Amino acid sequence: MAKKLMKGCEAIGEAAIRAGCKLFFGYPITPQNEIPEYLSHRLPQVGGTFVQAESEVGASNMIYGAAGAGERVFTSSSSPGISLMQEAVSYLAGAELPVVIVNIMRAGPGLGGILPSQADYFQATKGGGHGDFNTLVLAPWSVQEAADLVADAFDLADYYRNPVYVLGDGLIGQMMEPVEFREDRKPLKDLAAKTWASTGWKGDRPRAVINSLYLDADTLEQHNRDLQAKYATIRRDEVRWQGYGLDGDYDVLIVAYGTVARVCLTAMEELREQGIKAAILRPISLYPFPYDAVRQASARARAVLVVELSAGQMIQDVQLAVAETRPIHFHGRTGGNLVSPDEAAAKVREVLDGRSQEVRNA
Amino acid sequence: MQHDMIIAGFGGQGALLIGKMLAYAGMHQGKEVSWLPSYGPEMRGGTANCTVVISDKPVGSPVIKSPRALLALNLPSLDKFEDSVRPGGVILVNTSLVNRPVRRTDLRVVSVAANDIANSLGNPRGANMVALGAFVGATGVVDLREVEALVRDTFARKPALVEVNLKALHAGFEAAGEQVKEAAVTPGSAGPNTAAE
Amino acid sequence: MPSGTQPVFSYPEALRDVTTHYCPGCTHGVIHRMVAEVLDELGVRQRTVGVSPVGCAVLSYNYFAADMQEASHGRAPAVATGIKRARPDLVVFTYQGDGDLASIGMSEIMHCANRGEKITVVFVNNAIYGMTGGQMAPTTMPGQITTTSPLGRDVSLVGEPIRMAEILSTLHTPGFVARGAVHRPLESVKTKDLLRRAFTYQVEGRCFSLVEILSTCPTNWGLPPHEACEWVEKTMVPYYPLGVFKTPDGGDRAPRPL
Repeated sequence: MAKKLMKGCEAIGEAAIRAGCKLFFGYPITPQNEIPEYLSHRLPQVGGTFVQAESEVGASNMIYGAAGAGERVFTSSSSPGISLMQEAVSYLAGAELPVVIVNIMRAGPGLGGILPSQADYFQATKGGGHGDFNTLVLAPWSVQEAADLVADAFDLADYYRNPVYVLGDGLIGQMMEPVEFREDRKPLKDLAAKTWASTGWKGDRPRAVINSLYLDADTLEQHNRDLQAKYATIRRDEVRWQGYGLDGDYDVLIVAYGTVARVCLTAMEELREQGIKAAILRPISLYPFPYDAVRQASARARAVLVVELSAGQMIQDVQLAVAETRPIHFHGRTGGNLVSPDEAAAKVREVLDGRSQEVRNA
Repeated sequence: MQHDMIIAGFGGQGALLIGKMLAYAGMHQGKEVSWLPSYGPEMRGGTANCTVVISDKPVGSPVIKSPRALLALNLPSLDKFEDSVRPGGVILVNTSLVNRPVRRTDLRVVSVAANDIANSLGNPRGANMVALGAFVGATGVVDLREVEALVRDTFARKPALVEVNLKALHAGFEAAGEQVKEAAVTPGSAGPNTAAE
Repeated sequence: MPSGTQPVFSYPEALRDVTTHYCPGCTHGVIHRMVAEVLDELGVRQRTVGVSPVGCAVLSYNYFAADMQEASHGRAPAVATGIKRARPDLVVFTYQGDGDLASIGMSEIMHCANRGEKITVVFVNNAIYGMTGGQMAPTTMPGQITTTSPLGRDVSLVGEPIRMAEILSTLHTPGFVARGAVHRPLESVKTKDLLRRAFTYQVEGRCFSLVEILSTCPTNWGLPPHEACEWVEKTMVPYYPLGVFKTPDGGDRAPRPL
């Protein structure tokens, strides 16, 4: 199929349909309204179902029911709405249901604003809801990658029977870029039939009970052990990242994800023209975080600079990876303000000439 | 080579549409493109605007603080973005709705009265096409033929509108083109808006 | 069984042969059985998915011989919406208590009913939170003593009990809404008929259906089972009248029992 200029939100909706998802449950919230709007007219065209739920609480429990019935399903929201979904996310993880949740992040806390942000990193990567659980988290940096990661997210969700977040900042949702949907895309994994789904019990398989309740301590502990074993596999097999300029020499390693990494890439290129050597490591999977890659890449730098649209969240994972072997610096914008290439480049210069203070207790 | 530009005007003047058509045209020419609507603090101040990047290689930052070109469809847009344009860049001013001269002297200024031209063609709603044509003429960011093809596609179901809009597009292109030609023979004037990366 | 004889009473296929956790004298067991009998009689058990609530019936997924999903507190109608929209061929029911449906899940039940989701809701109203130990419910009767209304429900502070069947029957969207009880055999027979009608409307793809069932909680009411049944008759039935409040073809507003 030829390239098409699409808004990120629309590309996400189209990618989900092409991934075989015929069900969407959601609730309006800026800046992701183009996802439900797009699907409200597209899904009926392909025999799918769009439901505008009464709330994010409702929507997140509708995807629980639909996923439990064995169908591919997704929802999307933005930060405050994702907070409302956290109850369901915990239940989805506990009941091991495959769903895709798109969060087009806006600035917080509270109602905050409708402008871009990356301040839901903790919520997405460290659980968010109650109990010991993890969700896969994929962070696109372009409209094309948003579409590709949505397709991958459905495969990963089904394969691991786990919720998968696609975490985009506001720019990803609003920006238009060329996008191509590959007709010949192959599933990432061998996906087994969903014999565990509740589809009506005819006696030809064990009764399907979609559930996260285990009143017996030992049974629940075993369930937790099983979940942790699954997360360990995910941490081993599903790490994704890209490097830019990591092959040559560099003094500063920039770690940034999402569209911020693109801003840093422009900064890096401008700096290189001036003889200042920086390189970028862009985590694509935020859970699992590319700890090994960051550690190895940081070992060749004099300092590490983390750039985020937050007060500093991913920096904690970078600190874990670098383990105090290199000074770590931080540049973050909040409130919906963006990082500009000039700003990022200026920060790199400050790091190199000693004007930037390293962060020790992020 | 990278072209980056901000297109700004009142809501309804077609700034976002002009930006989209430039992005489409760039894409059809095989370039990498991004289109970012006013989303962020720059939304404040009564203008609708978008940032378009057209590049030979994958677009880095879709956020451009210092664009190489500005299309100011009205006065608030000029007030807001005049200082941000890169030295050596281009500002295209819609003088129908901008009643002051551009203060910057370190860049090239092209003035086109888009609304007046559209009115004179008997097509007041075609001011956006005049401005689009003028911007292409002033900057050369995309090939005019790609834009013509887009106009034909856009109005394919209303053939009557194809001709009037093409007319508006060409009128704008020529109005800007005359000034670019004049500028080209003036020693020391900035060249076309095509700074190398 | 001697040849030529017909069984007149047997264990429902849709109910698993397991011991339930319900307290002695609790009428959940009666209601479970009636739901199971209806699923059997309609021949839909093999394409049924039930949704269990949070509350006394939280473990009901262990009791119905059908595929089941366990919802979070109050969200069963949303979960059921997801199942039914994903697989319209399935027969989907929720089984919810008064705290689950009328308190924390008020939003989900109202909008599920208003969308006209073609599911069946079995709403068990025993005027108290049972599983958590006898706290006040939105349906607790005026003056009724609970662990969080130790001096009796003071309606001047917490309002009057919520009548869900009446509220739901005001919705313009077609639906079937009825209230039954199980404190007397005759009422149980009538209630089973209401359940059969409710599930039939779903099977026929007609409308949303809900049957509110007045139930007992001898343990938390502090009454012997037979007195609990009398309390339903004397205290609850006058406030929660029994009958059919709304049918899909009976007009869109029927504030009084038909």
